[in-house]
Amino acid sequence: MQNSDFVRSLRDAPNEKKRKTSFKFDLVLILLLLALSSIGVTTLFSATGENFSYVNRHIFFLGTGFLLMFIISQIPARSIELWSPYFFGITLILLLLVTLFGTDAKGAQRWLDLVFFRLQPSEILKVSLPLVLAAYLGRRAVPPKLKHVLWSSTIIMVPTTLIALQPDLGTSILVFATGAAILFLAGLRKRYIFGSGLIALSAVPLMWLFVLRDYQKQRILTLISPETDTLGAGWNIVQSKTAIGSGGFYGKGWLNGTQSQLDFLPESHTDFIIAVLAEEFGLLGVSITLLLYGLFLARCFFVSISAKSQFGRLFCGSFALMIFLHIFVNLGMVSGILPVVGAPLPLVSFGANSALTIFIGLGVLISIANEPRRIRS
Amino acid sequence: MRKTITSVMQTKFSNPEVEKNIFLRRATFALLFISFLTILLFARYFNLQITNYENFVTYSENNRVHVRPLVPARGVIYDRNGEILAHNVPITNLSIVKEHTDDLTDLIERIKLLIEIDESDVSEFHQRLARRKPYEPTPLKYDLSEHEQAILAVNEYMLDGIEISAKLKREYPQKDLFAHVIGYTGRINESDLQVINSSNYRGIDNIGKTGLEKFHESLLLGEVGNQNVETNARGRIMRTLSESPPKPGTDLMLTLDKELQLSAFEAFEGRKGALVAMNIENGDILALLSSPSFDPNLFTSGISKKQYNALLNSTEKPLFNRAIAGQYPPGSTVKPLFGLIGLTTNKITPKTTIQDTGLFFIEGVDRAWREPKKGGHGSFVDLDQAITESCDVFFYELGFQVGIDMLADMSERFGLGRKTEIDLPGEASGIMPTREWKMENRGSQWFDGDTVNASIGQGYLLTTPIQLALMTSMLANRGKSLFPQLVKNKNLIFEAQNKPEIKNEHWEYIHNAMTNVVHSEKGTAKLINKNINYKIAGKTGTAQVVSIAEEDYDKSKLDPSQWDHALFIAFAPKEQPEIAVALIVENGEFGSVTAAPIAKKVIETYMKRRMLVPNTIGEMYKNAKF
Repeated sequence: MQNSDFVRSLRDAPNEKKRKTSFKFDLVLILLLLALSSIGVTTLFSATGENFSYVNRHIFFLGTGFLLMFIISQIPARSIELWSPYFFGITLILLLLVTLFGTDAKGAQRWLDLVFFRLQPSEILKVSLPLVLAAYLGRRAVPPKLKHVLWSSTIIMVPTTLIALQPDLGTSILVFATGAAILFLAGLRKRYIFGSGLIALSAVPLMWLFVLRDYQKQRILTLISPETDTLGAGWNIVQSKTAIGSGGFYGKGWLNGTQSQLDFLPESHTDFIIAVLAEEFGLLGVSITLLLYGLFLARCFFVSISAKSQFGRLFCGSFALMIFLHIFVNLGMVSGILPVVGAPLPLVSFGANSALTIFIGLGVLISIANEPRRIRS
Repeated sequence: MRKTITSVMQTKFSNPEVEKNIFLRRATFALLFISFLTILLFARYFNLQITNYENFVTYSENNRVHVRPLVPARGVIYDRNGEILAHNVPITNLSIVKEHTDDLTDLIERIKLLIEIDESDVSEFHQRLARRKPYEPTPLKYDLSEHEQAILAVNEYMLDGIEISAKLKREYPQKDLFAHVIGYTGRINESDLQVINSSNYRGIDNIGKTGLEKFHESLLLGEVGNQNVETNARGRIMRTLSESPPKPGTDLMLTLDKELQLSAFEAFEGRKGALVAMNIENGDILALLSSPSFDPNLFTSGISKKQYNALLNSTEKPLFNRAIAGQYPPGSTVKPLFGLIGLTTNKITPKTTIQDTGLFFIEGVDRAWREPKKGGHGSFVDLDQAITESCDVFFYELGFQVGIDMLADMSERFGLGRKTEIDLPGEASGIMPTREWKMENRGSQWFDGDTVNASIGQGYLLTTPIQLALMTSMLANRGKSLFPQLVKNKNLIFEAQNKPEIKNEHWEYIHNAMTNVVHSEKGTAKLINKNINYKIAGKTGTAQVVSIAEEDYDKSKLDPSQWDHALFIAFAPKEQPEIAVALIVENGEFGSVTAAPIAKKVIETYMKRRMLVPNTIGEMYKNAKF
C-alpha cells in the first residue's frame, strides 16, 4: 500500500462543481445528540453522588466535542478522505507511545498523560481506523480482491495487536470488530467471511491457553456463574443486575437508587452508568434511551445509504455499527450477558476520550451528508 | 505511479450502481442484525426489570450487607534493644457523612460552637469531600481530645450525620532522633496510587513515604481483612455477619542502638552533617544520623503546606538524608586506604620516604600542588608520618605512582563509587572517577593532575558518609566485604567478593599509622586521646567546598556555607576492632577540631554499652517474607 493509493482520488473528479460555501448542519442528528447527552448528564449527577465537579467536567467534554464536531463538519469530505491516512498514522504513533511510556492504570498502559486530560489513543483509533479503511476500500474494486482484503486486515491487526498488548483485550476486540464491519459493508465475499470465521473459532482454545490473562479468564468464568464469587469478580455483575432489576418499570426515581447511591455499584459513573439509569428510571428509561439510540443509528444509516461516495457510505455505515457495538457490549455486560470488558456507553458514560471519538466521527458524518455529488470523468 | 493507476483502473469496477447495490444489501443485513441484537437487549432488560422485578427488589431491599475493610495494624519498629521507634496509637476522629446531613454548612457551624474547628480543617474537609464516594464518612477533625469526644457524644443526637470513630495513627516517640532512618508515613496521593495495588490499601489512608517506612512498606503494611456488616436503610451498621481478620504488618527490629544514636545526635548539636556507626563484623548499622533533623510526627496526620514548604526550602535541608544521599569529597580520610593500595601494589614500601617541601610538580605541568602546611613536613616523610600528620605531598606522589586505574579498581572493592545497598531508599552512589567515567561525564581525557587531586580525596572523587563507614569497617576487618543493614534479613545471602590479597604486615602498618593519628604527639587527632583506656584508630579529613588555592583560603572572606567540610573516620578498639564510625560536619573546617570529638563521644558511648548491645538480634525474622 502506497500513499498514492489515497492521493489518486484527486484526479478522479476534476470537474467537481464549485459550491457556495454554507454552514453544514444536521438538525435531526444534533437534536438526538442533545437528548442523549442530557440523559447522560442527568444520570451522571446521580451516579457520582451529586458531585458537580464530575458533571462540570463532563459538560465541558461534551461542549468541546460539539465544537470539534462543527469544525470538522465544515471540512469537505474529499479532504477528510485524503487526510485520513495521516490521521490514522498519528493515532498509531500515539498508540505506540502509550505502549512504551503510557501511564499505568490498574496494570494496563492505556493513557498518555496530557496536562488537561489523559489521552487514550485506543479510543481515538475507533474513528481513525474506519476512516482509513473507508478511504482505502472506497477506491478499490467491489467486492474487494484478496490483495486488498489482506492489506485491510494488516491495517486492522496492527492496532488491534498493540492494544491487546497494553493489555486491553476489550478495546482491542471492539477495534477489531469495527474493522471487520467495514470489510463486511464493503462487500467482502462470503467465502472469506466463512473462512475467517472458521479460523477464529479454531483460535478460541489457543487464546484461552496462551493469550488470555488470569483476570480475563476470571471475567468469562464469572459470566457463567456470577453467584459463586459474590465478593470478588462476580460482585459487580450481581450488584448491577440487582440495580437494574429492582428498578422495575418506572424506576425508583432520580437520585433515589439505593443500589447505586449506597455505593454497591462500582464504576457507576463510567462503564456501569446504565445500571444507575435502569435503577432510577426503570425499563421506561432504558426503552427511551434505546429508542433514542435507534433513531440516532437510523439517521447514521440514512446518511450512509444516501452518501455520494463509496468512502462516505463505508465510513458512515461502519461508524454506526461501531457505536452500536459499544451500546450492545456495554448494555450486555452490565446486565450480565457478556463478560465485563471496558466499553463505555456512547454519549452517556463519563469520559473525555469516548466523547472525543464520537464527536470526531459525527463531524465527518455531517460533512459526508453534505457532500456534493461526485462526477466521474 | 502511473503503472499503479492504470492497473487499478483496469481492475476497479467503474459502475457506481453496483457499488451502491452491494452496499445496500450489506447495510440491510447489518440493520437486521442490529434489530435482532436490540430486541435481545430489550428482552434481557425486560426479563430483569419486569419478570424478575419482585426477586430483585426484595434482594435490593435486603441488600444491606456491606463489605467493610478491616485495617491491619502497621508493623512496629524497634531498635536492637526493643525501644519503640515507630508504633500506632489510637486516635478518635470526627467525620461527617454528607448524605445523612440536612444542611452541611449549618452542621459545621453548630459543631464549631462546641469544639474548636479552624479554617484549615474546614477547607481540607471540603477538599476531601470532593474526592470521596457517596456515603463515605469524611474526616473533619483528627485526633479529638477526651474533652472534645465527651462534648460531641453528649450532643450527638442533635448533630445528624456526624460519626466519631477510632483509628490508628502512626507515632514516632523518638521524634527527630530517627527521622531519616525511619522516615514517615503520609497520605496516599495520586502518584502513590499509580504504584500500589489499591485493593491492598482499602480503608488505609497512609503509606510509607521515606526511609524504612517506604523501603519496607510491603512488610510493614500487613493485609487488609474484611467484615460483612448489615446496615440499616441509612447506612448505619446494625450487626456484623462474618469477618476475616486483618493480618498485622511485620514488626521490624533494627540493628540501630538508640543510646548510640542519641549520643551522636547530642554531639552534633544541630550542626549540618551526618554520621554512620557500623559493626565491622556483620555490617549492622548501629547509628545513622543526618543533621539537622525534623519531627516525622508532623507528617502523619497531614502536614500543612506552610510547614512543609518551610522544611523543604530551608537552607539547612533537614529533609535530606545526608548519611546516604549526601555526596562529599572525602578529603584526607581516604589516605589510609590509598596508602594500603600503594603498599599492596609495591609502588611504595614502609621504607619509602620523600622530601616534602610543601610543593609537588608534575613534569610538563606548569603549576604546583600545595599542601596546607607551608614548607612541608620535612625531609624524610614516610607513609606512617604522611598518614599521622596528613601530608598531602606524599600522597600526590603515591597517587601519581599508582595511577588512577589501580586506585579506582582497589577503591571500588572497598565500596567507593558504588551503592552500599543499605535498606533505605534514595541512596547515592558517589563517584570513584576513572578514565572512562571522565570521558563519559566530562567529555575529556584523564590527566595526571586529576589523579593527583583524587589521591588526597579531592577532584572528582565523591563519597557518601555510609560509604566512608563501610570503607572504615573494611579497613578494620581486613578486607571482609560487608553489606550494611538496618533490618536483619536472614534470607539475603551475599556472595563474598573476592577479598583483596593484602599482606597482614600491611594491614598492621596501616592500623598503626591510623592509631598514631589519634595517639601520637604529632597526630592530627591527638585532641581526643585523653582519658581513654583503649586505642582508637582514625583519620581526619578536610574537604574543600569551593575550589580555592590553599594559600588563598581565608575564612573571614568566605560565606560560612563555603567553609571547608570537616570529616573523621575511626574504628575501635584498635587491637580487636568492633565499631567503625564515619562522619562529616558541613562547613566544620577542620576534621581534628569539630569532627573527631563527635566520633570519640559515640565510641565512648559504645565502649560503655558494649556489653549491653547484644551482638545478635532476635529470631523474629525467620518467617518474614522479604
